Amino acid sequence: MAEQGTWKVKKGLAEMLKGGVIMDVTTPEQAKIAEEAGACAVMALERVPADIRAAGGVARMADPTVVQKILDAVTIPVMAKCRIGHFVEAQILESLGVDYIDESEVLTPADEQFHVNKNAFKVPFVCGARNLGEALRRIGEGAAMIRTKGEPGTGDVVEAVRHMRKVMSEIRKLQNLPEEELMSAAKEMGAPYNLVVEVAKLGRLPVVNFAAGGIATPADAALMMQLGCDGIFVGSGIFKSGDPAKRAKAIVAATTHYNDPQMLAEVSKDLGEPMVGINISSLADVDRMQERGW
Amino acid sequence: MELIFPHWPMWIVCRKEDGKIIMRVGVLALQGAFIEHEKTLKNLGCETIQVRKREHLENIDGLIIPGGESTTIGKLMNDFNLTGPIKELAEKGLPIFGTCAGLIIMAKEITNSSQPCLGMMNISVHRNAFGRQVDSFETDLHIEGLGQEPFRAVFIRAPYIETVNEGVEVLATVDEKIVFAREKNFMAAAFHPELTDDTRVHELFLNCCKTFHNLR
Repeated sequence: MAEQGTWKVKKGLAEMLKGGVIMDVTTPEQAKIAEEAGACAVMALERVPADIRAAGGVARMADPTVVQKILDAVTIPVMAKCRIGHFVEAQILESLGVDYIDESEVLTPADEQFHVNKNAFKVPFVCGARNLGEALRRIGEGAAMIRTKGEPGTGDVVEAVRHMRKVMSEIRKLQNLPEEELMSAAKEMGAPYNLVVEVAKLGRLPVVNFAAGGIATPADAALMMQLGCDGIFVGSGIFKSGDPAKRAKAIVAATTHYNDPQMLAEVSKDLGEPMVGINISSLADVDRMQERGW
Repeated sequence: MELIFPHWPMWIVCRKEDGKIIMRVGVLALQGAFIEHEKTLKNLGCETIQVRKREHLENIDGLIIPGGESTTIGKLMNDFNLTGPIKELAEKGLPIFGTCAGLIIMAKEITNSSQPCLGMMNISVHRNAFGRQVDSFETDLHIEGLGQEPFRAVFIRAPYIETVNEGVEVLATVDEKIVFAREKNFMAAAFHPELTDDTRVHELFLNCCKTFHNLR
C-alpha cells in the first residue's frame, strides 16, 4: 500500500540533499541563477537575513506570491521559512506545495514557548540548533533535518563553527557513556531519552545535519564539511556578494571537493567581492538571532 | 549481461576463497545519498570508492549513480570531466546502476528538461513525475526476478520512465508507470533501495558486476 508523508519519505529528501548547497533566493531570477550554479535546493524568501537584520521590525513568512513564483521557476526542491511556533504559516506553506519548511529563527518568533508540532504535517521540516539537546528536541517535535543556527546575515562563520563543534563533541561524549548514564545525560541536555540512546548508538544525529548561518566563501563551506556536516545553507553570502553566479558555483564545487585543498584553491580564485559582513563581537545580544528557539 | 538473482550469500560473490575482497564498486560522490549506497555495498562484502574525479574510475567493477539532485550532479559531472570517461567505460561494458537522480542522468531523453546528462540508456524519463515532496511515498513493489517477497520502495520527488525503447526490459511498475528497468549493462530505478535494509536490488547489481569482473 502506498503511504505518503512517512518518516522515511520526509527524512529521505534530506538524504538526497546531502553534499549539496541550499541557497537563499528572493526572486525567480535569483532562483534560476542558483539552479544554474548547481544548488541542490533553494530557500524562497522575501528578504535575505542581512536585509532582515538591516530592516528591523517584524520578519514574517514570505508573501505566497513570491513563494509561488519561485516554485514555478525551478525544478529543484524549494524550501520556505515560517516563524517559530507559527503553525498557520506552516499550513499555508504546505498548501502551496513547498518541499521543505524551515521553522526559522531568522524570522521573528510567533511563540516564545513552543515550536510547531512538525509531526502533524505531511511536508518535512528543517530546524536550527546550537547544541545536541536543541537538535534532539526539534527532532522529537518531528524535524526531519537539522542545521546549525550560526548567526544569520553576518557573513561571519564563527558561530556556525561553534555550533557544529558543540553538536559533534556532544555526540562523541554520548558515545562513550555507559547505558546507565544516558538517562541523566538526556535530563541534563533536555532531550528525549529515546533519541539520546539512538545518537549514542549511531554516533551521529538520526537525521541529516547541515551547516548554516554566516557561510560566505568556498573555504567556509569546506570548513563546515570537514567539521562533519552533511551539506551547506548559504543565506546572504551569495546574493550580497559582488558576483553571485560565480560565487554560487564555487561554493557548490567546494562542498563536493571539501577535502581537496588544490581544488579548493582553484575554485576560490577571482570570485570578486564577498559580502561585507558583520563581525559577531560587534553584535548586541538583542540582535543575535541564534538566541531564538527553546 | 545475464540478470540473475544470486541464491548464495553475497560475500561469496564479492570475495575469494581466502576471504580477500575482490569486488570494487565506485559510487559517484558529487552530491546526494552516496554514503547509503556505500554502506549497503560494504555490508554485502565489497570495497567501495567515492568517485569525484576521473582517476577514481580506475579499476572498478561497477558504478552507482546515486539519488540526489539530478541537475546538480549532471553539472558537476561536466565541470569535473567525468561525463566522457563514464560513457567510455559504459561502452566497454561497465555495469552502471542509477537510482532516482541516477536514472534521470542515465536516460537518453528527459521529456521535461534540457539539463546535462549521460544519455546512455534507451529510455525517456519524466522528472518529478509523481509530484512535489508532499506527494512522495513508499510502497510495496513486485520486482521481476526477486521472488514473491515484495520490495519496500521509497519514492522521493521521483521520476518515472515514460517509454522504453529497443533492448530495455521492464522490471517493476507502480500504477502502470515504469519505475525499474535494465538494458545490457545498465540498471535504473526511480526509487531508493539504499534507504531500506532490503539488499536484494544491490545484490542483483553486484551479480552483474561479478560477471564484468570475471571478463575484465
